Amino acid sequence: MSDMVGIVIVSHSKDIAKGTADMVRQMVGSEVRVAFCGGNPDGGLGTNVPLIIEAINDAWSPKGVAILVDLGGAETNSEMAVEMLEPERRKMVVVCNAPIVEGAVMAATEAAGGSTLEQVRAVAEELTAG
Amino acid sequence: MTLQAETFKSLVRVAAERVIASAPELTALDQAIGDGDHGTNMKRGFEAVLGKLDTIGEQPLNEALKTIGRTLVMTVGGASGPLYGSFFLAAGDALTGKNLPEDIAEVFGSGVNAVSARGRSHAGEKTMLDVLVPVLETLKADAGRADLIARVRVTASEAVAKTAPMQATKGRASFLGARSVGHIDPGAQSSCVLVDAVCSTLEGRQ
Repeated sequence: MSDMVGIVIVSHSKDIAKGTADMVRQMVGSEVRVAFCGGNPDGGLGTNVPLIIEAINDAWSPKGVAILVDLGGAETNSEMAVEMLEPERRKMVVVCNAPIVEGAVMAATEAAGGSTLEQVRAVAEELTAG
Repeated sequence: MTLQAETFKSLVRVAAERVIASAPELTALDQAIGDGDHGTNMKRGFEAVLGKLDTIGEQPLNEALKTIGRTLVMTVGGASGPLYGSFFLAAGDALTGKNLPEDIAEVFGSGVNAVSARGRSHAGEKTMLDVLVPVLETLKADAGRADLIARVRVTASEAVAKTAPMQATKGRASFLGARSVGHIDPGAQSSCVLVDAVCSTLEGRQ
């Protein structure tokens, strides 16, 4: 079990989600758990609550999970997925208000240093505040 | 009048079939100001609801509403899944200990509040709330009137037309700014289709 915050990448496009995860792994390394998903239940562009729940569970760490999303539906579906987790896990997952690629790299870099979920989120969201 | 399980089941079936039949129209509206997937997403969600119709018909109404909500959340694949899903999940919760049709305004209102919270939106932003909120107001204002159902139906169709001159400030259409003006909102249209389907079915049974 990892003691670093896990990262989940949720894009409308599976290719973008996978590409973002590849960048994180190359730039940050493989010690941070990274999971990704993209596409609607038919495999077209969109997002999908069951796949997001699966990705959260794949990236799970006792320190929590930070989710990076692209457009509106990814955010709404991610928030819904979080609410459908077991109650004790819900408060350990955050959806970051940050650009997906830069946010994922920054969040994973921060997570690799052993930071808390709130610290990881804050670093990702600084990209938006600027 | 008490809403019987068999009536509820046929309401769900007709509403789902109407949404599925409206998919091309919803997609065309969404291609104008959104990302063009509203029709296919709603169709996928309501086909899944139809697939569970027998289960829905056997459940108590509050559980049946929650089954519809969960099904939409898990199958729609766009923002409308959690939005409509939250409506039905919250309405199901609110119905516990309440009765239809007498508590419809309260139950419907809980659903509307859930949509508003999930989308961090309110009426006037060119969304489904621009149909749901006026419908709720009619349910409250005209409760007990013999022609309530007809009034709700008219409210929904007038409300959807009023979304055309609005400028979107929420959702994908907000990226277009002033260019969103002149188009009916696809989410408002799908809400109108659902409300209209329920009203026409109930009117046919009166």
